[in-house]
Amino acid sequence: MPLRYAMDRGMRYLLLGSALTSILIVFAIGLFTLREAGPAIQQIGLERLLTGAVWRPGQEQFGLLAMIAGSICVTIGAILLGVPFSLGGAVFLAEIAPPRVRALVRPAVELLAGIPSVVYGLFGMVVLVPLVQKIPVPYNTGYGLLSASIVLAVMILPTVTNIAEDAIRAVPREYKEGSLALGSTHWQTIVSVTLPAARSGIVAAIILGMGRALGETMAMIMVIGNSVIMPQPLDHNPLTIVLSQARTLTGNIAVEIAYATGVHESALFATGVVLFILIMLVNSLARLVIRRRTP
Amino acid sequence: MTDNPIPADVTTQAAVLPPRLAPFARPGEPAARTAQSSPRWVQQSNLARRHLTQRLAFAVLWLTGLAVVVVLLLVVGYVAVQGFQVLSPDFLLTPPAGGLSGEGGISTTIVTTLYLVLLTVGLATPLGVGAAVYLVEYAEGLAGQRGLLPYLVSSARFGVETLAGVPSIIFGLFGYALFVSALHFGFSLLSAGLAGACLILPVIIRTTEEALRAVPRSYREGSLALGTTQWQTVWGVVLPAALPGIITGVILSVGRVISETAVFYVTLGGSYQMPTSLLSGGRTMALHVYYLAMDTRAFEKAMATGTILILSIILINAVINFFSHRLTARLGS
Repeated sequence: MPLRYAMDRGMRYLLLGSALTSILIVFAIGLFTLREAGPAIQQIGLERLLTGAVWRPGQEQFGLLAMIAGSICVTIGAILLGVPFSLGGAVFLAEIAPPRVRALVRPAVELLAGIPSVVYGLFGMVVLVPLVQKIPVPYNTGYGLLSASIVLAVMILPTVTNIAEDAIRAVPREYKEGSLALGSTHWQTIVSVTLPAARSGIVAAIILGMGRALGETMAMIMVIGNSVIMPQPLDHNPLTIVLSQARTLTGNIAVEIAYATGVHESALFATGVVLFILIMLVNSLARLVIRRRTP
Repeated sequence: MTDNPIPADVTTQAAVLPPRLAPFARPGEPAARTAQSSPRWVQQSNLARRHLTQRLAFAVLWLTGLAVVVVLLLVVGYVAVQGFQVLSPDFLLTPPAGGLSGEGGISTTIVTTLYLVLLTVGLATPLGVGAAVYLVEYAEGLAGQRGLLPYLVSSARFGVETLAGVPSIIFGLFGYALFVSALHFGFSLLSAGLAGACLILPVIIRTTEEALRAVPRSYREGSLALGTTQWQTVWGVVLPAALPGIITGVILSVGRVISETAVFYVTLGGSYQMPTSLLSGGRTMALHVYYLAMDTRAFEKAMATGTILILSIILINAVINFFSHRLTARLGS
């Protein structure tokens, strides 16, 4: 008798311990990245780190602005290209796809989510970059924001589609029935009842897609060109900004960490801190939107 | 319609409504209002127009659904068609030889990937399942209470949520700072395995939590009523019932590890030699794809390796579907 009570007690604490590892890891991540970023923040100064546009480790110049701009530009591009398809796909799957078609499209979305990011990067390098290169603009290498945005749009599609579909499915049946009973068509019901009712879930889906886009590393290195420049038009036509090369925050870390030492290494950890804060902001925004949905 | 008592004045209004709507026209309704402002054919075809809009919209939605499948087929098809030209048993069984054209096969990268999967899953599963069991089975009653324990529980929940949102390169940086540098594990399977375990921990916790929540309350009540302790109930009743869901989570994280690159890029070193101990570096298949594409431009070999990756993901998805069907079947009966 006492043995099994002792066992029960012991297991309770053991399980509590394993539950606490998650928060311990979060603490450890925060602690170690901040500790390693410390020297860079002290020597360079937070302001110059965040607002400096020049990144020349050889000359001790560490400005992250170009990378911040690169990350944000490519994320915006991915959202613009990917969200229409993702939302269309979500409405299609939740509202109008017959079960058989659904049974085909669902696994396709799942597989898109599972394909390793290097494979997307590889596809981008081999197929997309040569295609983009054909656009006749001087200094157009094919590597750049456009290729990266297209690759990233495909990569965030499963995230946005899944969450948005769940949100659309969660709309109470009565709402739709009420609308249909008033004589509106299925499409009118989708546009004026279902989608507005699922609005916060859809917004959350898009924001989480942004988080996913900001955090993507390897595929971005492979197609964005990695030049540390502020994204800018290649000639007098402002639209050619999409052909500009760029570098993301994530790429900055991955490309240089292997050979960085001293302040340079510390500046890369500072890059990680900036990225972490950016993603935390985006994710808590999503959490806020989701929480507001349930009164 | 003849037995419908339609007042005489309505018939004039019914004339401007589409025939199918005519019986529903209500007396005294100012139907003529729109008829004056818009041409007669628009008025007549209101329903037809709405149906036309719907048709167009649905056509666009069908095309989007189709586009998803086409994009998938395009990516997978292109990589696989190119890859199968290089793929052979020989390719799988010979080690990479390095060099500018990426000579050799991928045998060592397959072995490294398997080691890393075993290591990460072996480390993260007990911790993750334990955490989920505590959060669902023990901590559920603590909501809204004050004190140290509820505080710890809510911070643990916050930890899981945060970890799930952290981008993988940050796990890599963390692994590099703690395991590679501070603990002197170097670029090694051990460093990569520990960093990878942190990456998949939230995946395992979340899927296990979901699986545990799906176990009906009555199972627990029946067991507790027989006089068992809570741990006996968890071990003997709840965990077996949730097993398919837990396995799903584990397999899902196997997929995560196989396709992950960023974490291992900064913790595993990238040597293409066969790893001989926990402290030797290595190169996973996904990393190999990256090195082949970026350093050697051996795109065909990269695609062949990518094909193996895609095939393993397809296999993993099939197994997950199998287990989740079993879970619903079991709990449904």
